[in-house]
Amino acid sequence: MTETLKIENLHVSVEDKPILHGVNMKIARGETHALMGPNGSGKSTLGLAVMGHPGYQVTQGSIELAGEMIGELAPDERARRGLFMAFQRPMAIPGVKMADFLRHATTNVRQPDRKEGEELIPMRQFRKELREKMEQLKIDTEFARRYVNDGFSGGEMKRAEILQLAMLQPRFAILDETDSGLDADAVRLASQSIAAIGGGEMGILIITHHERLLEHNRPDVTHVMLGGRIVETGGAELADELHRDGFDRIRADHPEAAEQEQAMMLKEAVN
Amino acid sequence: MPESTVPIEFTQETFDAFMATRDEPNWLTDMRQSAWKHFSSLPMPSRRDEEWMRTDIRLFHLDRFGQSETDPSDTLPHSVLGGEIEVAGMMTSKNSQSLEMQFDPELAAQGVLFGDLESMVNEHSDQIHPHLMARAVDPLYDKFSALHAAFWRGGSLLYVPRGVVIEKPLCTLSALGENQIDLGHTLIVLEEGAEATFLAESHSMPGCESGLHVGAVEMLLAPGSRLRYVNLQEWGTGVWHFSHQKAVIDRDASIQWTIGALGSKLAKVNQHVAMVGPGADAQVNGVIFSEGKQHLSYHTLQHHEAPGCHSDLLYKCALQDDSRTVWRGMIKVDPLGQKTDGYQRNDNLILNPSARADSIPGLEIEADDVRCTHGATTGRVDDEMIYYCQSRGLTREEAVRLIVSGFFQQVSDRIPLESVRRALGDAISQRIREYE
Repeated sequence: MTETLKIENLHVSVEDKPILHGVNMKIARGETHALMGPNGSGKSTLGLAVMGHPGYQVTQGSIELAGEMIGELAPDERARRGLFMAFQRPMAIPGVKMADFLRHATTNVRQPDRKEGEELIPMRQFRKELREKMEQLKIDTEFARRYVNDGFSGGEMKRAEILQLAMLQPRFAILDETDSGLDADAVRLASQSIAAIGGGEMGILIITHHERLLEHNRPDVTHVMLGGRIVETGGAELADELHRDGFDRIRADHPEAAEQEQAMMLKEAVN
Repeated sequence: MPESTVPIEFTQETFDAFMATRDEPNWLTDMRQSAWKHFSSLPMPSRRDEEWMRTDIRLFHLDRFGQSETDPSDTLPHSVLGGEIEVAGMMTSKNSQSLEMQFDPELAAQGVLFGDLESMVNEHSDQIHPHLMARAVDPLYDKFSALHAAFWRGGSLLYVPRGVVIEKPLCTLSALGENQIDLGHTLIVLEEGAEATFLAESHSMPGCESGLHVGAVEMLLAPGSRLRYVNLQEWGTGVWHFSHQKAVIDRDASIQWTIGALGSKLAKVNQHVAMVGPGADAQVNGVIFSEGKQHLSYHTLQHHEAPGCHSDLLYKCALQDDSRTVWRGMIKVDPLGQKTDGYQRNDNLILNPSARADSIPGLEIEADDVRCTHGATTGRVDDEMIYYCQSRGLTREEAVRLIVSGFFQQVSDRIPLESVRRALGDAISQRIREYE
């Protein structure tokens, strides 16, 4: 049976403020899903909560990865089970070289039972693999010697996230606006890269505003989020429609969620 | 194994008995006499003294420590700075008594002096006299400098004649036995155009925790000379560490001075660079990692006495448990110090809420055409950084270890010597434990 990432009735709060109000989603390996919706609708919250960010409390519902409930696991344990998230705003880690960071990460993800202090992947083998991946992604090898995301441009950060995706080869990947900050050519390259990395083996959830990222990653399923709920689910044609027409029809068809969206935005403004 | 120690009381009788055993040049006898007189007349520093406000030594008792004769067959700790590399010279000592010594004979033939200061002071009196506690460290500065000047023993000397460039490092390793006193003096003199690298490390003997170090380091750089000096202190956490350290840097000479402060119960160190000739350059690096109940206090002074000099100080401290660090940094520019370019920065990373870092930068500028800036930060390990690492499969512990190592990397990046970078990196990663 194909492995799935199954999110059921997920409610998430941040600092006791409810953001997600019962999200359902099921992604099988090999599928590409698009998650769309206006700003502030809860898309990034879903990604961060699924990855296990400690600031995002799951108040109800479940996250199941390949038959195992992972909602209580630390983020690193989720990563070791094959979950990955490319962040919209990745953190800089000054003083830590990209290559060292990735060697550590890659070892842990490939050897989920590794204990701290045990051997890392041999340097020579790792370097070779990293160099190959960087060439495929047209990333300057100088990148490996730079500190993780430190002083990176927006575009460089996104490419670094894709490089990590390529090295870690997760079973499921959430890509949060991996296209923002990239110019048209870079988005095309990113889009091709993701398709190549996924290779039909990965379950991918793409959070995006951009048509081009979906160009090489035609979604099997498109979800629309509004006011912390998934209000519509369809095929690739739904993504096309939203790109063309925006979210007005969605709001009109789902007045309750639209109201929720208004309330959330108002609260945000007050804070 | 800890040995039994007969404590020394620093009385007139002790001093007279000590002097009766000396066979030294008259100028040195005079210096010891005058320092002893000064020591006897001074009270212990107290928290009323500005420099000691944050450093409480009421629990310090000078009469608890002693000096046993050293057994030459003792196995000293492994040298972490010089143990794995080719060196030009290596000297070991215990309780400020010289033990083993090796030195490249070709350098000796070029007139380079390297070895135990105490035993060389007679033969090379003419070369040592103008420099020893005459131009850098003031023996009468305080109670500890006076005690050091009166009773110093052992120590190390590096004297590099004009134009001699030494490629490989010279290393010293000093070790301290249980409740022993180290009164070693380091004197480094570089004549015009000379170049050298000096790696000094101090440890407690295996199994020993307690002890006392009252030391001084002096570096005198003639015009156009270059010195790299690294001082790693990894004393046991029962050692009291008092030290006056000063470099005097003349025209177009440069120093890169790196301090690694990991050990001791309480450290009170005055680190001072004086730029006395135009174009002098000083880079000062500090790597400090405190834990337990350690109190590490470093007072730095970048003194621009001449025009057109450059100084750049970077101190990074990570604090664990209930430890405390004090960095008090001053850039002082004399009226002559026009076109000074001075910088100082101190970053503190608090790994436990009950640790505390005091960071007190200061500027005292008497020239009007200068560029002097400073910065200081104190913070905790960012939770978002930890989460980011964890999302890549690193455990929380691994994440913290990586982030802390990264924090120190900025200093490491400034140090060209691989063995020093590795020694500091290893010491740091061994220390990082839980992060609350």
